[in-house]
Amino acid sequence: MKILVPIKRVVDPYVKVRVKADETDVELANLKMAINPFCEIAVEEAVRLKEKGHADEIIAVSIGLKVAQEQLRTAMALGADRGILVEHDDALEPLSVAKVLKAVIDKEQPSLVLFGKQSIDGDNNQTAQMTAALAGMGQATFASSVDVDGDQIKVAREIDGGIQTLSLKLPAVVSADLRLNEPRYASLPNIMKAKRKPLDIVTVADFELQLGSHQKTLKVTAPAERSGGVMVGSVEELVDKLKNEAKVV
Amino acid sequence: MAILIIAEVDKQGLSADCAKVVGAASALGQDLHLLVASDNAATAAEQGAKLAGITKVLVADNAAYAHQMAEPVADLVLELAADYSHILAAASAKGKDMLPRVAALLDVAQHSDVIAIESDDTFVRPIYAGNALATVQSLDEKKVLTIRTSAFDAVAEQAPAEIHALDSVKSSELTQFVGEELVESERPELGAARVVISGGRGLGSGENFALIEQLADKLGAAIGASRAAVDAGFVANDLQVGQTGKIVAPDLYIAVGISGAIQHLAGMKESKVIVAINKDPDAPIFQIADYGLEADLFEAVPKLTELL
Repeated sequence: MKILVPIKRVVDPYVKVRVKADETDVELANLKMAINPFCEIAVEEAVRLKEKGHADEIIAVSIGLKVAQEQLRTAMALGADRGILVEHDDALEPLSVAKVLKAVIDKEQPSLVLFGKQSIDGDNNQTAQMTAALAGMGQATFASSVDVDGDQIKVAREIDGGIQTLSLKLPAVVSADLRLNEPRYASLPNIMKAKRKPLDIVTVADFELQLGSHQKTLKVTAPAERSGGVMVGSVEELVDKLKNEAKVV
Repeated sequence: MAILIIAEVDKQGLSADCAKVVGAASALGQDLHLLVASDNAATAAEQGAKLAGITKVLVADNAAYAHQMAEPVADLVLELAADYSHILAAASAKGKDMLPRVAALLDVAQHSDVIAIESDDTFVRPIYAGNALATVQSLDEKKVLTIRTSAFDAVAEQAPAEIHALDSVKSSELTQFVGEELVESERPELGAARVVISGGRGLGSGENFALIEQLADKLGAAIGASRAAVDAGFVANDLQVGQTGKIVAPDLYIAVGISGAIQHLAGMKESKVIVAINKDPDAPIFQIADYGLEADLFEAVPKLTELL
């Protein structure tokens, strides 16, 4: 089967972003960028499914700036067979991304669309679910294990208070949670090989989609800073502060 | 137009978060309807009817809605949507699973994890792990929101509102429920606890979480963990506090052996009082803690348990 893995270029998760002085956005100039960590887990899972003989082709797809080719090459170094970049200069809302992905799904006809559960920039946690809705597929979000069995896929998913197991008819959408796997490091030979793998570049305009604007960001502000607290010298002092100053115990 | 709130049902009946989502919805309008789509929905419907501000409870009590799976519930909400200006759910695992499906089918945006409502079309939500807050205006006729319940107060009780049964059944062949393993715990639920004690990688092993448990028992607290502790396999992922785990805002949060990565802080920095115990004086957690104790947790935590 064919697995489609949507991936997103985001700011490196270890970078602390700051809000721009004019409060229009966060400052992203010159920051280190990376493949969204949850997307990396999705790529890894697709590669494992291929290694187990369940998949024959893995396609990584990204929607965004030309430079997102870097993240597609990373996905290919990890084991994706080819990449598709749907180039677009402006940031797209999750619903628009889902519409573009639906168009890619129509063309590629994958059996499984394997997402990361959320991107660490917008923190929306929507695109997988929206894509599943538009494609008329079943969904299993927050997956912590995935088992393919013929034309069904069994997914254990993280829910509040425990784990739920679902069985989905393929084609289906799955979104990866943290515990699904631990992504491998790309080896140098694989990084070199990835450079020769096919990467198609198309544009959003090629899909003849009507992408409306559904929201407007009025401002982006810094959250209230917590005022610096105090260091206490001993457990006794801590207990005293909690009892008599903060009065929380 | 009225506002639709999608209720979440757990084994006790109505989820405790629901009263907070109703609290958030109260800022949007007067006519609040609660949808309880579940199997064995009667108890939850009765509890929902008593939430202050609810004017009508819609009950779809059918096996098709068992476990409140995203596909059938989204189809049901879609059918009801014409009468509503806003559709809300908690930003819980269920809400996050289901509501984007509703939004996409309605061809509108979803606003995730709303922490403040400025007007009927303008909402505030955290982005970049809470390092920035975006104020967004919806341009859609219908607004679909998931609510971060730690940011809103629960409503009080009222005389029960009218309960109206829906006979519409949306069954989905796409996804089948196989099973569920819920963690049984005597402790309060992480999202609703007054005190939360979280352990990090500094604990060194899952067995050492016993130290956290003893302190939690003493304080009647819920137990949480950092992503690092979850990644290291010390505890299950559903205890994870952070950007992609639970968001908590208890009266007292005690972080033990947690360095304070951005992603962890995103989940707990709204707590009223934060205590950090860590042997590394440079741990970033100390910058946001009200009380920091630089100490070896293996000495400090048992002593704290003894003195409290």
